[in-house]
Amino acid sequence: MTAASSAPQPAPVTAAPAAPAPAAGGAGTGTPWPLVLPALMLFVAVVLIPLAMTVLLSFNDWGQYKGIEQVFILKNWREIWEDDYFLEMFLRTFRIAVLATLITALLGAPEAYILNRMQGRWKGFFLLVILGPLLISVVARTLGWALLFGGANGVVNKALMSLGVIGAPIPFMFTETGVVVALAHVMMPFMVLSVWAALQRVDPQIENAAMSLGAGHATILRRIVLPQIMPGILSGAIIVFSLSASAFATPSIIGGRRLKVAATLAYDEFLNTLNWPLGAAVAVLLLVALVLIVVGSNALIERRYAEVFR
Amino acid sequence: MAFLELDGVTKRFGPHVAVEQLDLTVAKGEFVSLLGPSGCGKTTTLQMIAGFLDLTGGAIRLEGRNLAEIHPSRRGLGIVFQSYALFPHMTAAENVAFGLEMRRVPAAERAERVEAALAMVGLAGFADRYPRRMSGGQQQRVALARALVIRPSLLLLDEPLSNLDAKLREEMQIELRQIQRNLGTTTILVTHDQVEAMSLSDRIVVMNTGRVEQIGTPQETYERPASAFVANFLGKTNEFAGTIEAGTQPARIVAGSWSAPAPAGFSGPVTVSVRPEKIGFAGAGQGLAARVAIRIFQGNHWLFQCETECGPAIVIRQNDGMAQPAEGEAVRLAWRPEDMSLRAAGVRP
Repeated sequence: MTAASSAPQPAPVTAAPAAPAPAAGGAGTGTPWPLVLPALMLFVAVVLIPLAMTVLLSFNDWGQYKGIEQVFILKNWREIWEDDYFLEMFLRTFRIAVLATLITALLGAPEAYILNRMQGRWKGFFLLVILGPLLISVVARTLGWALLFGGANGVVNKALMSLGVIGAPIPFMFTETGVVVALAHVMMPFMVLSVWAALQRVDPQIENAAMSLGAGHATILRRIVLPQIMPGILSGAIIVFSLSASAFATPSIIGGRRLKVAATLAYDEFLNTLNWPLGAAVAVLLLVALVLIVVGSNALIERRYAEVFR
Repeated sequence: MAFLELDGVTKRFGPHVAVEQLDLTVAKGEFVSLLGPSGCGKTTTLQMIAGFLDLTGGAIRLEGRNLAEIHPSRRGLGIVFQSYALFPHMTAAENVAFGLEMRRVPAAERAERVEAALAMVGLAGFADRYPRRMSGGQQQRVALARALVIRPSLLLLDEPLSNLDAKLREEMQIELRQIQRNLGTTTILVTHDQVEAMSLSDRIVVMNTGRVEQIGTPQETYERPASAFVANFLGKTNEFAGTIEAGTQPARIVAGSWSAPAPAGFSGPVTVSVRPEKIGFAGAGQGLAARVAIRIFQGNHWLFQCETECGPAIVIRQNDGMAQPAEGEAVRLAWRPEDMSLRAAGVRP
């Protein structure tokens, strides 16, 4: 999204006097519209309509015995606003997302840098190692953590306890730390790919240039490389943050019912309590908050790094 | 004493030899070009002087110190890269100031020197511009200012002008030469452009496949090329097969209908090499018989493709207003003996 909006604006179609300008839309022939119609219909049917219905649903009433009542009231929104339980849920959601983002940035950026400096065959191999997990389902990857640290039966816990290193299993399941660690692991490829893309744009001679001017390795990394890959880190952070804040599989497996986040909360309202309107309100609030955060930080980043983006 | 000394410098990448036994001494203030086609080892040599590549063999000494013992960041060399390698997130002034910051030059002096350096390359008003908002020529100047502001003992230029268009390149050549003369900075230029090398350098090192073909002033390498490679790389040249006829006294060198007294030291078949602009049209009965195949007008000169008895030849004549032979016309080609160079046939020294 950052690349598209910062790209040079295409010149308005004012030239081409005789030929009809198909890109100009309404003025020319009507061909473009029928062409985009299938995609547009799909988009409207599977995204816009359900989204609008969810928003409307969040204003409906619900009762244990009467079910959903199609009225327009603010009951659900007031409940979310007044009950601290929801505040706690959302704070936890964003705390987990922020921590997961920080961890992926701190580990992923150096990872991408090292990867970028590797020679041919090793580079390909390690890129595969990093991207490989994307081919495996999130559920499988998260269950891996559960197998390793799941209570006294987790492989690692068992091994450490039998070696006498620890007395009790490492608390991992149903903890925020566990969710953060598992999320960071699941999201790592997105950060590495994003930083990797930024590194591709860095002039390979630029580190030599800085070195010839008298800069040491630390200075080169801090003053020359980091500012240039910062846009990559930040766009990676936006991806990781939004995916982490709306993640469902990982928090529901590691966190379970005991440690709910916004996404699992909405799920429970829909499928367990059957309070669809309240679940819809939670889901809409999560969406709106995420959109605001992402759009806001994106605008900030583009302003701050206008020169590097160009 | 030699300022910069390359002593048997060798670089191998696995089995591939990039630079083989390169010997070169450069005097203080001299402008030396490493000239050759791509893959001849010129950039590799520059990178070894800069310290970005380690030597496989030999040594490089700058003012008597072995450079191998000095980290690249401590060598104090100014380098201009082909891609300029400017820091895109810094303004022109910040780019130029970077080297001074690394040297812990006080802020006031730093600002002064940055301003002077930008003024020197004609970018006085561009201090706050970011590189990506500058043209190729301006970026090039920033790169030059950044390399020179640290007052380097040695300036290394890696094809600095190859990304500029022809007109700008010519302007920059003149400017570069002036700046270098004024500052007296010893400079090594890597280029594949023989015109650039000749117009800028005090001496040219012509390289091919990792070896030095010839080291000499631009005039020497052009007028008296040490090998067929140098003759062909530095401008165009005509080559005719001839023989030394020892029967007569003194011996004569004969190529088709052309003949001249033979210089000493040659015998049997030889190759005669003459520059196109050194050939003139002679009267009937003299010189080498030829026919003009194609005549091209190029403004300040005429270019003739001729078919001679001894193969094709190119002749370049000044457009001095005189009548020139037409296409298809029979002509005689002649040149002064001192304008040709000879070597034994079949030998590519």
